[in-house]
Amino acid sequence: MGTINVSREYSVKEKMFLPAIIQGMIITLKRFIQGFIFHKKYTIMYPEERRNYSQRFRGMHFISVDENKVENCTACFLCETVCPAECIHIVAEERDSASNPYGVRKEKKPLSFDIEVLRCCFCGFCEEACPKDAIKLSRNYELSILSRQEGIYDLNHLKREVKGRG
Amino acid sequence: MDIFTLAQLLAKIVFVFAVCLGVIPFLVWFERRGSAWIQGRVGPNRVGPFGLIQPFADVAKFFFKEFWTPAEANKWYYHLAPIFALVAPMAALTVIPFGSYLMIGDQIVNLQIANVNSGVLFILAFAGLEVYPIIVAGWASNNKYSILGALRGSSQIISYEISMGLALLSMLLVYGTFDLHSMVAWQGQKFFGFVPAWGVFINPIGALIFWISTFAETNRLPFDLPEGDSEIVAGYHLEYGAMKFALFFMAEYVAMIMASALLVTLFFGGYQLLPGVQAAVDAIVSMNGLSDAAAQNLKAVFQFGCLFLKVAFFMVVMIWVRWTFPRFRFDQVINLGWKMLFPLALANVVFMSVVVYLMS
Ligand code: SF4
Ligand code: SF4
Repeated sequence: MGTINVSREYSVKEKMFLPAIIQGMIITLKRFIQGFIFHKKYTIMYPEERRNYSQRFRGMHFISVDENKVENCTACFLCETVCPAECIHIVAEERDSASNPYGVRKEKKPLSFDIEVLRCCFCGFCEEACPKDAIKLSRNYELSILSRQEGIYDLNHLKREVKGRG
Repeated sequence: MDIFTLAQLLAKIVFVFAVCLGVIPFLVWFERRGSAWIQGRVGPNRVGPFGLIQPFADVAKFFFKEFWTPAEANKWYYHLAPIFALVAPMAALTVIPFGSYLMIGDQIVNLQIANVNSGVLFILAFAGLEVYPIIVAGWASNNKYSILGALRGSSQIISYEISMGLALLSMLLVYGTFDLHSMVAWQGQKFFGFVPAWGVFINPIGALIFWISTFAETNRLPFDLPEGDSEIVAGYHLEYGAMKFALFFMAEYVAMIMASALLVTLFFGGYQLLPGVQAAVDAIVSMNGLSDAAAQNLKAVFQFGCLFLKVAFFMVVMIWVRWTFPRFRFDQVINLGWKMLFPLALANVVFMSVVVYLMS
């Protein structure tokens, strides 16, 4: 299969260019008047206004906690296993029974739980894999950081107060 | 040269350059804000009222940026190019008349910095110089993209200089003079008592060719091939940063002002009053019972205002065109220059000479 040439004869008006140029300039003039006089815009004033993203938006991770501020995570390693970017690193530990009012429900706990968010692809698999609904992705999309070190979310960071999906 | 001549000369130089450099921040602002309005955005609106202080913030930023020179660049030419780029169009501005004359005491002050009696040639010489900073900058940066931009710039500017020169030639036939002041004075006549005898009404094709060529000469879109950001990064000024880039940036606007001023002077009546303004001047004069000298001074002020308005109009159109059209492909630019504008300009010169011969 070669190239199909669909070229056609141009009319005199088209060859002159100028009518088309004037047409184009009228269009931009209309846009200019819309913007200048009627303040029509398709962008938003970002830090003051924000877009309302879907409830299912996958942003910054967090680990849900119960009413005693104990993380729901039981260090089952399912998220670490499923993570395609291999960016979750968990060290597990036994929860000492005195401080565990939940008995067998929360015997294990993560000693450390680090997410290298610079490698994360925000696929949300960790959230789907988690049997305890512990790790979740929030709708926060402002993830800028000033150093690589801040790109590692530790347990303290992940356990911060995040309401529901919010 | 007595003290008065020197003083008025200095005053004129300061005035012209102050106006010319003073409007650049506003033009930059308008370029950014206007493009935003055309594209349905908001544009810079944080610094100062309506974002008007934004260009000054940019300049402050340029001053504090690192003054960096590429290691392999030819230092002397590398630093010479941006200065050259700014000086050439500024020098060309000196012969543009920006008013008829002022009466100070019994002295007549001609409102033109340099009264060169072959002003057109002077302007052409300095407009021709505009290609050198591009070539020098592109070559001295020692960068492949820069040299590509420089090559594009040189071939484009030289191609369009020819049709520009021919369009100019057709007007020289009509005016019969090289002096810009007498050209503008010539355009002060009226046809049939009311139509101003502007060059554009006598020679519309020449005006159109000249106008298109000024776009190519100032490297504005749709002829910004030497810069061509999407193809060759930034072309000839790719290796320039901080204030050196700012000089190129300002030079572009000075060149635009110069080109528009020349276009207005040749084809749109220069400082001749816009229709209706004469009546306003007369009214003010008769109401206040001004003397002849004061009336002339008032008229000169209004003439400058009219020139300013006309140039401003063409600047706005240049910005408007920039945000309307995409860049030409290189072969299209050269085709347009050599296969359309050049023969058209040549035919126009022949046509105009026949017309001028028959009229005289
Ligand atoms: S969102 Fe995906 S890549 Fe990121 S931590 Fe969870 S599983 Fe890993
Ligand atoms: S976050 Fe969920 S999946 Fe990951 S280790 Fe904890 S309980 Fe298991």
